[in-house]
Order: sequence, then structure tokens, then C-alpha cells
Amino acid sequence: MTFQPLPTITDDTAPFWDGGAVGELRINRCRKCRTWFHPPAPVCPDCLSMDVGPEVASGKATVAAFTINVQPWAPDMEVPYVLAIVELDEQRDVRLMTRMVDCAPDQIAVGMPVEVTFQAVDDIWLPLFRPAVTSSPKES
Amino acid sequence: MSNAHSHVGERDAVISGIGQSPVGRKLGRTGISLTVEAALAAIADAGLTRDDIDGLSSYPGAVDSSPGMSPVGVPELKDALRLKVNWFSGGGEVPAQLGAVFNAVAAVSCGLANHVLVFRTVTESSAQTAGRRASVVGSGGARVSGPMQWMVPFHAVSAANWVGMYAQRYMHEYGLQREHLGQISVNARRHAMLNPRAIFREPLSLDEYMNARMVSWPLGLYDCDIPCDGSVAIIVSRADAAADLRKVVRIEAIGSALHGRDSWDQRADLTTMAAHDAAPMMWARTDLKPADVDSAHLYDGFSYLCLQWLEALGFFPKGEAAGFLAAGESRIGLGGELPLNTNGGQLSGGRMHGYGYLHEACVQLRGEGGDRQVAGAEVSVVGAGGGPLAGCMLLTADR
Ligand SMILES: [Zn+2]
Repeated sequence: MTFQPLPTITDDTAPFWDGGAVGELRINRCRKCRTWFHPPAPVCPDCLSMDVGPEVASGKATVAAFTINVQPWAPDMEVPYVLAIVELDEQRDVRLMTRMVDCAPDQIAVGMPVEVTFQAVDDIWLPLFRPAVTSSPKES
Repeated sequence: MSNAHSHVGERDAVISGIGQSPVGRKLGRTGISLTVEAALAAIADAGLTRDDIDGLSSYPGAVDSSPGMSPVGVPELKDALRLKVNWFSGGGEVPAQLGAVFNAVAAVSCGLANHVLVFRTVTESSAQTAGRRASVVGSGGARVSGPMQWMVPFHAVSAANWVGMYAQRYMHEYGLQREHLGQISVNARRHAMLNPRAIFREPLSLDEYMNARMVSWPLGLYDCDIPCDGSVAIIVSRADAAADLRKVVRIEAIGSALHGRDSWDQRADLTTMAAHDAAPMMWARTDLKPADVDSAHLYDGFSYLCLQWLEALGFFPKGEAAGFLAAGESRIGLGGELPLNTNGGQLSGGRMHGYGYLHEACVQLRGEGGDRQVAGAEVSVVGAGGGPLAGCMLLTADR
């Protein structure tokens, strides 16, 4: 797909958007109470500590909702494609809206375990998700 | 019973006049031309003159980045009419589209102005003709920032995608079917056929709804509203400054709350929206109940958003949309228990972005609905917005 809008990178969001270069899904976390939160912000939404920063999440998640986009919104868009809101295994109220890959439209389901995979475009590594195929190190 | 709020300041304000330009596809007119026509109509409707208007308010202010979405801001109308205002406000960081009305209500209630002209203008249909699709974020090629950066790079570029995900989760959770959403679309068309100013006026059957092309599952073509050109203006007046005006509609209560996160993807319960925050606030400011509502005018930019408003406002218990909507016309039709979107909504009437509902609620409460009049309408509810955006108003007839 050549239609590919990209995000503006800021100091706060750079760790999220370039973590894929080293295969890391980086999500902000409070160093005091250990709460994860997204999008990045300078303060913990739970304890209000400002001692926060990006940490590496497992990249494991669960599908919370999905849609199958059929309409081509730009001339060079390939359809259909599957969009999802996924909940991170670390903390279920931390969610990412994402596009699914290696996932047929009739395969997607709420509750499906998924894992991150990165697509590099220019200076951005987009965290896309696919049906979980690998087991995490702590499980093996 | 007493209200939880000691002072319900919105009752110090009224809607004293309404105006609407032609609303249609590719009207070939500028935004300011449509706006002036609506504004002059509203001023005349109220029985006021240009010199009486001492406040201006609009949503979301002039927007250059999204063609046709809001071509006219407060400064342009102020200058065109050479208004001498004591208070004015325009912008998008408010409780959805009606936020500009709430601001006007606050301004007159605290005495900063007597008669505020509130307007909303769109030329999205003409913008589409010019080859630029206003509703597709990121199509301009520039980098995206703010909340859009968490959705658009993944090709979640349209509100149809975002709303589609919420609708899918509700279906998963509560057994909603597309047929039930279709009742909202078919109902809107039924009412549009009775409204000479609606855009789509040919009959629409549930079969046609079901067989139409898919946009973003579970939302199909007829779950999505129609971009249009048009302008709506209303006059919000201080109640005691409007004592001798003849077409007053009273403001019983406003709901402007947003307790959940201001985000399409981080809301704790994906089967609710900001409407579930705004609506309880509105009901807490009045002794009226959902059963008192004679007509409902609820945002149907997508059919599913209308379902969310119905649920948030308490017209059925959480999760029971399917049973409520299955009754179809006998429930939400003109002669039904809760006549819904009597002008055809945005699904068949055109995307006036929240202001068509407010205009129509006033029409109903003034008994001016003609073929689509709800007999004896005295209480109407208006709700606008979807996702993290919501604002609602309970309006009553001046009787
Ligand atoms: Zn903390």
C-alpha cells in the first residue's frame, strides 16, 4: 500500500515509534507504582508521579474489538483489511488501535491472542499485530 | 423532588429563533453565503434585528485542513454582518458539536450577552466534488499529530472504522444484529420522505439496507450519513431579554460531561461512548424523565451512534438495543412511543453536524413540523456527537 500517513515524532512519542527498529514495543510506565499508560504523557495517571518513562512490553495482546474495512479510502489502497483495538497483556486497559496482518477477515475474533510485528516506513516502525504464533520466553 | 444541582443556569436562557439555509448536495454556494442566509433567517424568526445580536458562537471555528468541514468561522460572519458583539467564541475543544450552544447559554446566563447567534456551516458535499474527501484523515499527505496519530497510520482513517469497531464489540457482547441498526436507517428515511428539505426522499427498505455495499464491518452504506452543504443558525437569548419574543423554546437541562478518556481507543468500556457520561448529567439537572420525552433528535452520523444515544439517555437498559429497535416503526416512528429523528436525521437529511437535530427539535416544540409533526410535542431531547464527543440538551415547549 502506498497510501501511508505517518505520525509526527516528538520527544515523548519517539520511543514508541522507533522501538520497532530493535523489535521493542515501548509503552510508558510509572516507575513508582508500575502502572502502564498510553499515549505517552509526563505524569502517571494513577499516582500522579512524574517519574515515568518508556519500558519494553511483551507485545502480547488480545483483540478487544475489530472492523473489516472494505471501502478504499484512497485510490491506491488495498482492501479489505482488518483493523482492531487490542489490549496489552501487561495491563488490559492499555490499548492500541492497529492493523492486523496475516489474519483473514473471517479469522479475526474478540478475545483472539495476538502479538506485535513491526512494519518500517521511513523513520517509523508501525506496531502491527498478527495472530499469536510464538510463545513468549517466560512460557518456553 | 429537588435537583442535585442548586443552580440550573441553563433555564435562564432560551432558544428564541432558528434559521436554516438550503441544505443539499453540491449547492454551488460559498460557506459564508449559506451562513448569512441562515443567520438572517434566524434573526428574523426571533423577531429581532441585526443590532440586537450582541454575541456570536460557532463550532468548530474555521477549519482549513479538512475541506468543507467548517468553512466559516466567527470572525468572517461578524465582519460580514458588521455585528457589534459583547461576547464571542468559536472552537472545537468543547463537548461535541453542541458545545457552541452550551457556551452561548453560559454567556447569556451570566449576562455577558443578551442574544447570541450560534451557527454551524458545512460545504462537505462541494468539497468532495472538488476531489478532496473531507472525512478521510491523512489523505493530504502531511504527517498526523494529536489523537489521530494513534489511528490514521494504521489505516483507521475514517470515523466509519472507529465507530465500526465499537459497533462490532456491542454486537459481540449483546447479540445486536445489522437488521437492528437498519431500523434506525429505515426510520430516518421514512421521516425524510415527509420533510421537503431532506436530501434522500425515496423509500428505503430493510432489504435494500441489508444488501447495500459494506463500508467497514458492521457498517454498510446506509449506516453512514451524507455529506452536504448547508448552514443552521439559532439564537440563544437571555430569558428575561426574550420575554416579548413569540417563538421561544425553553432549555430544561444540558449534559456536557466527559468522565471517560478523551480517546477513541482507550475508553474503559468499548460498548459505551461519551454519551454515557453526558446523558446522566443532563437527567441529574431536571425532574423530567426519559418517559416524558415526546421526540428524540439523536446523532446518526452513523446508525450505531444513534443507538448509543438512545441507550445512554436511558430509553432502554444497557445492552438491550436489539429488543428496543426490533419493534421498528411502532417504537421510533412518528406515531410510535419515541418518535426519532423526525426530519430524517443526518442519514437521510444531510450531515449538518449536530445542528439539524437542534433545529428540528425546535420545529417540533413550536408545532411547525407539518406532515411530520409529533402531536402535542412538549419535551424533546437532542444529543450530538460520538466516541469521546458528546453533548445533549433537554428542551421544552413554551407553554
Ligand atoms: Zn504511578
